[in-house]
Amino acid sequence: MLKDLFPKKKRYATVASSSSARDKVPEGLMEKCKQCGQILFAKELDKQVKTCPHCGYHFTLTAQERIQVTLDEGIFEEFDDNLLSGDPLQFPDYPVRVERSRKATGLADAVVTGAGSIGGFPVVVGAMDSRFIMGSMGSVVGEKLTRAVEQAIERSVPVVIFSVSGGARMQEGIFSLMQMAKVSTALARLAKSRLLYVSVLTHPTTGGVTASFAMQGDINLAEPGATIGFAGRRIIEQTIRQKLPDEFQTAEFVLEHGMIDQVVHRKDLRAMLATILSIHAEGGEWSGNRTAL
Amino acid sequence: MAIELPFEKPLIELRLKIDELKRFTEEKGIDMSEEVATLETKAKSLAEAIYRDLTPWQKVQIARHPERPTTLDYIRGLCDDFVELHGDRSFRDDAAIVGGIGRMEGIAVTFIGTQKGRDTKENIFRNFGMAHPEGYRKALRLMKQAEKFGRPIVTFIDTAGAYPGAAAEERGQGEAIARNLIEMAALTVPVVCVVTGEGGSGGALGLGIGDRILMLEHAYYSVIAPESAAALLWKDATQGQRAADAMCITAQDLFRFGIVDEILQEPFGGAQRDPSVMVATVKEAVWRALLKLKETSEEDLPVLRYEKYRKIGVFTEVEHPSVQTPADGEQVSANGVKLHNFSS
Repeated sequence: MLKDLFPKKKRYATVASSSSARDKVPEGLMEKCKQCGQILFAKELDKQVKTCPHCGYHFTLTAQERIQVTLDEGIFEEFDDNLLSGDPLQFPDYPVRVERSRKATGLADAVVTGAGSIGGFPVVVGAMDSRFIMGSMGSVVGEKLTRAVEQAIERSVPVVIFSVSGGARMQEGIFSLMQMAKVSTALARLAKSRLLYVSVLTHPTTGGVTASFAMQGDINLAEPGATIGFAGRRIIEQTIRQKLPDEFQTAEFVLEHGMIDQVVHRKDLRAMLATILSIHAEGGEWSGNRTAL
Repeated sequence: MAIELPFEKPLIELRLKIDELKRFTEEKGIDMSEEVATLETKAKSLAEAIYRDLTPWQKVQIARHPERPTTLDYIRGLCDDFVELHGDRSFRDDAAIVGGIGRMEGIAVTFIGTQKGRDTKENIFRNFGMAHPEGYRKALRLMKQAEKFGRPIVTFIDTAGAYPGAAAEERGQGEAIARNLIEMAALTVPVVCVVTGEGGSGGALGLGIGDRILMLEHAYYSVIAPESAAALLWKDATQGQRAADAMCITAQDLFRFGIVDEILQEPFGGAQRDPSVMVATVKEAVWRALLKLKETSEEDLPVLRYEKYRKIGVFTEVEHPSVQTPADGEQVSANGVKLHNFSS
């Protein structure tokens, strides 16, 4: 054939790329958006507070990252990083899973609590971490949140909790269920002290965490697209024997159904929290300032 | 007995044999009384053997027995002049949770509980005792009403869990339960909770924050239904038995953990064997709990309730955590408080 007379010449010299050369690309330099598939530079991603500039997808934040992007630069006073979970039921494999999560996350359990400030307003914060056994709540999470709320009462400052959780931790059985009660009783006390509690629900917040402190905020906010619900999607589909629409149990869905106050893009969240805190700050109360009017 | 449980089968068969021999004696006039007596003794020891050491899974089956007394049986047995009150005032009346007012020994009390049905028709009406958000909101309305009139509250818990349906999610199942937890924590009237059968997860806890938690001998209370736990752990919902054994869900476990205040003894073989005796036991225990709580002032009630739940949890407090927050700057402030600086 004619084509064979003109063998295709290679126009470039090729060098077989060794795997070791490829490995030299620093890990985490680039990331692929899980929603739109765009390749994003990690630096750019950080500038966008880990949200995709193309489609708005919110990447999961670790507890450390959440605190970093939320609180004012400078001092974060961590509470109770020395609490380690027990194994009250002697549950198969539980200590191994905890240890693995500890190593992987550098955290003692699925929540980091402490004090800091947002826009200059002092707060006590709790930030959960989904890498730690799905961000599930066992005794340590319940205890740390309870102590954090107690600290807020003592210091007379508001509480902000960022939820990301699969719910109560099965491996601690009834103790996990009772943490829902424990944190709730602490938040009831906070309410009695007339202190503000803002709950921020992030992807995903489900089960016993939705059915307790995540839905108990004076103000409930959520990040766009976050899965928020009580029962698991699969269980509901089995119950009603129908496929659920994609938007079911999203932040937008629970906003539409009246369960949260606003869906706030992560880039605006810090400013939103600062505004809410400023409105609740001392000196703004009607009862205390009537004469100023 | 109308409905038998699988593990009761040998006993049932033995009983049938005894009946047969008795009939034989009567009809044929042949004296078999000696054989009958032997078998009766055997049946008795067999029953003892079965019911003395029930496994957690067998208890789960007893707790789900369709002939156990239901919440309305308890309420009607506990009080006079029961007036049922319906509706959450927002959406509709949820038949899976019943509530109302009545008098116990002359004292006005608010009663609330999850309600199962006796047969298929009633179970469909009651949604098998699995409540929607409006059920929890009705319960809350009645609790606030009780608080207004200074009435103590008695709740009965017997539910596999809050209903996991699409409509329940739309109306905020999580929010409804969450609201009940925080509101019940702050109630200034006494709350006595009785777990009578199934204590299914958040759906049970939504009526379960109280000053005294009573639990029937064969009831169970769990963070997750054994079958669901098995489905998650071993991808096999039929391994419920294995999960039930691992999860420490019996009244005896919960009493040992200090989560339940008192175990109420059931008639031999379970509450379904003698409902009236069971109702009487519950009545006595509830009344005793209420009398005790009468001594507590309304300001102290939420404080003591707080302390009750505050204590629950198993963890260790170590001097130096073996795991440090990686990479991020860690410094020690002048006053010795350790600071993790994530912003560096």
